[in-house]
Order: sequence, then C-alpha cells, then structure tokens
Amino acid sequence: MTAPAAVEALPRGALARRVGHRAGDWLPALVVFVAGLAAWQWVFSPLAGKFLLPRPSAISKSLWDNHHVLLSAGWFTFKEALGGFVIGSLLAVAVALVLARWRRLGEALMPYAIAVNAVPIIAFAPITNAWFGVLNPHSKWAIAGVLCFFPVLVNTLRGLTSVRPEAIELMRSYAASELDVFRRVRIPAALPFLFTGLRVATVLAMIGAIVGDYFGGSTLALGVQIENSITLFDFPFGWAAIVVASAFGIAFYVAVVLVERLSLRGTPSTSD
Amino acid sequence: MSVVELKGVGKRFERGGTVALDGIDLTIEPGEFVSLIGPSGCGKSTLLRIIGDLVAPTAGTVTVNGKTAHQARLDRDYGIVFQHAVLYDWRTVAKNIALPLEMLGWSRAKRAARISEMVDLVELAGFEHHHPWQLSGGMQQRVSIARALSFSPALLLMDEPFGALDEMTRERLNMELLRIWQETGSTIVFVTHSISEAVFLSTRVVVMSPRPGRISELIDIDLPQPRGSATREDPHFFELVTAVRESLARGGAARAVEQDLA
Ligand SMILES: Nc1ncnc2c1ncn2[C@@H]1O[C@H](COP(=O)(O)OP(=O)(O)OP(=O)(O)O)[C@@H](O)[C@H]1O
Ligand SMILES: [Mg+2]
Repeated sequence: MTAPAAVEALPRGALARRVGHRAGDWLPALVVFVAGLAAWQWVFSPLAGKFLLPRPSAISKSLWDNHHVLLSAGWFTFKEALGGFVIGSLLAVAVALVLARWRRLGEALMPYAIAVNAVPIIAFAPITNAWFGVLNPHSKWAIAGVLCFFPVLVNTLRGLTSVRPEAIELMRSYAASELDVFRRVRIPAALPFLFTGLRVATVLAMIGAIVGDYFGGSTLALGVQIENSITLFDFPFGWAAIVVASAFGIAFYVAVVLVERLSLRGTPSTSD
Repeated sequence: MSVVELKGVGKRFERGGTVALDGIDLTIEPGEFVSLIGPSGCGKSTLLRIIGDLVAPTAGTVTVNGKTAHQARLDRDYGIVFQHAVLYDWRTVAKNIALPLEMLGWSRAKRAARISEMVDLVELAGFEHHHPWQLSGGMQQRVSIARALSFSPALLLMDEPFGALDEMTRERLNMELLRIWQETGSTIVFVTHSISEAVFLSTRVVVMSPRPGRISELIDIDLPQPRGSATREDPHFFELVTAVRESLARGGAARAVEQDLA
C-alpha cells in the first residue's frame, strides 16, 4: 500500500527538478533580455536622443495606447503575407514535383532557380504594386508569393531527389509505378525538407508584405502605418508597429513549426 | 523450367569504368539454395541486382521463371533483402513489413495477421510501433528480412542478410530460413562472406573471383537434408568448408599471379 505513494513521490520530485532545470536553461537568455532593455532605456536612448531612439517605456506606452489600431493593422498585413505564402508555396511544391518527375527538365532549370534564389527579389515590390495596384492585396500576395516560391522549391526538390537509390530499387522490385514511388517514398522523404523551406518562407512572406506596403498600400496595413508614423516623426508608434510585426512574424513561424512537429512525429529529427 | 538462367552476363559500370562482372553463366533450378561467395568487390551484389532487373547487364541474357528479368520483376516474382537494411523512416516496423502487402492489395485484416506472424518470426514482438531509427542495426536487418518473406515470393534474393547479426541470432535465423525454404519450396540466392554459413545452408556454392567478377567454381553441397546441429558435426561438412576455402584461395592466388605477370 505504501509502494504507490513512494512511486509517485519520485516522479514528482523528478518533475520539479526538470522544471527547475528548464528554468535554469532559460535564465541566461532572460538576464540578457532584461539587461538589454535596461541598457536601451537608460544608456542607448539618452545617448542617441530620445527622439530618434525612443525608450522601451515610451514604445510600450504607444503600443498600449494604440493596440487596437496596431493589432488590426498587423492582422491585415499578416493576411497579405499568408496569401502570398500559400500561393507561392503551393506553386513551388507543384513545380518541384514536376521537376523531380522529369529530371532532365529539373537539371536544366535548377541552376536558374538557385540563381534567382540569390537575387534580392524584394526589389520587385514597386513593380508588383504597379502591376496589381497599390490598394489591391494581390500586389502584396504577388511579392510575398515570389519571395516564398524559391526557397520552398529548392528545398522540396532537394528532398524529393535525395532519396537513397536502394529505397527506390526496393519499390521497383515491387513493380511500383512512378506514382507509387512518389506517394510512398519521395514525398514522405521530402517532408522535412519542405518544412525547412516553409519556415524560411514565413519570414520572407512577412518581409514581402511589409516592404510591399512601404511602396504604397491600404492605410489599414501595418507597413503603411510604420511609413506614415516615421514621416510624422511619431517614432514610438513606428517602433510599436515593428514590435507588432515581429509578434505576427514569430507567431507565423511558430505555427509552421507546430504543424511540422505534428506531421513529422515519425522522423528522428523532430522527436527524441 | 529453371528459375534463373544467366548466359554470358557481363556488367561494365560507365562511372569508373569498372568491369563488375564478366562471362557469368549460371542456371538455378527450382528449390535450390545457392550461395554466392567471394572477396569484396567481386560483383555479388551486382549479380543479385541483375537477376532482379534493378541493374541492366551490359552483356548476355537473363531469364527468370522462363521470362525476361524485366517481366519477372513486373510480376513480382521475387523478394529482395539488400546488403544494408533499406527501411522507410516514416513507417513503423509493422508498416515497413506491410509495404509489399499494400502494393499487392492485401486487405487490412490479412496484412495484420501476416505482420504479427512475421514479427514473431524475426523476434521483434513489442517493436511493431517503433520507427526504424529506434532499432539497432541487427534489428533493422531483421525487419527487412521479415518484409522480404512477408509475401512468400517463390524466389528470394538475399544480400548478406545476416551479416549484422550476433552468432546466436544468426544461427537461429539460419534454421528459420531453412524451415521456410523447405516448407514453401522456394528458391533462394544468398550472398554471404561466411564459408561455414554458405556450406551449412546451401545445395550449391558459387565461388567468385574479382576484377573482373567471374565464377571460378561451382561446388555441390551434398550434405543430407534437413540440415541441423548434426550437420555442423558431420566430417563431410568440414571437407566441404575446406573445399570452398581452397577454391577461394585459388581465386585469389590466380589473381596474384596475373598481377605479377602484368
Ligand atoms: N552503381 C555503381 N556504379 C559504379 N560502380 C559500381 C556500382 N555498383 C558497384 N560498382 C562496382 O562494381 C564492383 C562490384 O560491386 P559489388 O557491390 O557487386 O561487389 P560485392 O561483391 O557485392 O562486394 P561486397 O562483398 O563488398 O558487398 C565494385 O568494383 C564496385 O566498385
Ligand atoms: Mg555486396
């Protein structure tokens, strides 16, 4: 009768220790964060001038006072980013499948995809604005989508084509069709690579949407609000908007990581 | 009708220009247990792949069950175990074993029954829901053996299937393989580096020599069936082991002489 209690007591102690351990892991990062904020508040801001580099306290006040406007603007811009992310990633996966199936085509086009991947595509933002109209969300979808397309394409194609030859030979020994090889081997093998591309794409999509806004867009958009606040010298508001943009960006990234964890439960890289 | 018929088979790899095989003539009859033995790089794995139509020969003809090797592959006439366990990381042990059964369109219930049979056979009960990377190398190889046996192919191509296993497991799986072979009347082509394993299991041992890969001798293993612990104590067993060892040495010696002349 006493045994269960004893058995229970041990894991509880272990759990407490583990939580304590986790807190211990986080402590250095937390100290750096607080120290950084303090330095900003009392050293850097006074040095740079409170006007050009607002103090964290001023930024948080602006954030609090305008949280309604900022959150709805953040949501607006996030939707622009999400639209581009979905379109760009879907297209990239489709193209990767075609290039993996017809390798000759892939070998002919890949050098260009990799080259374009190194081009600062964001420079095209004014052009997509001109094509679709600054107020049309499609202009932001276009620039965010193009930004997402290349990393997703390059990573997915690498995943689809880097399967061990024996893994394909085994399928061939079962007289598997090309479709079966893709469905049962290449696509599952490519998923971790795809998610690597998608994670990069979340960041690029947010950059695409916000920079697209800088070149003109709806006043409801976060990028436009940042632009306007800086023009009006309302720096605390501009910084608060940047904090909101970062929060949406991080949430977007974390959401993709969570989907990745869920769908890759069976692979060594994500569970231990 | 022979199960495997190789006539003048050669293979030259374009990349590296290696002549992996040259002038291979070999006929394997139904119910035979043929072992291929020879030094590393003499083309054993390549020969298995050619029989399985996974690699095309650059010379000669390959007939499997009276058809082209290609047709035999499309008819799923053989099961193969590769030298290194080829398992799909995203599939559990059970699902890896079930893969050929899925391809053959077996029902879920039939698959489940066969999986548990196979898992018991290779002593992996309790590991059905593990992923390959959670298993040791020997366990992984046992999964790929179970997968090859799962759909009871009449021809089994096995490339050093027991190489990664400990002596005890190896001897037990030797016995299991012989039991399955006798019960199903299947034909087995088996690659091994172990002379005693080759003699113990086979009805015929094919001794190969390297550069280029050639068959240097065919040795009939006329030990009584069924094989068992008594086989390993049979004086004739030791004679045959010696015969294979000497044949391998001659293959090596002949090559050394050729190299001296060159
Ligand atoms: N895909 C390939 N491309 C080029 N050369 C190859 C390829 N596969 C095998 N070879 C060459 O063919 C020869 C025979 O290789 P193979 O794998 O058949 O040998 P093996 O007898 O199975 O050796 P081991 O006992 O080490 O497994 C080797 O010289 C190897 O370098
Ligand atoms: Mg080999």
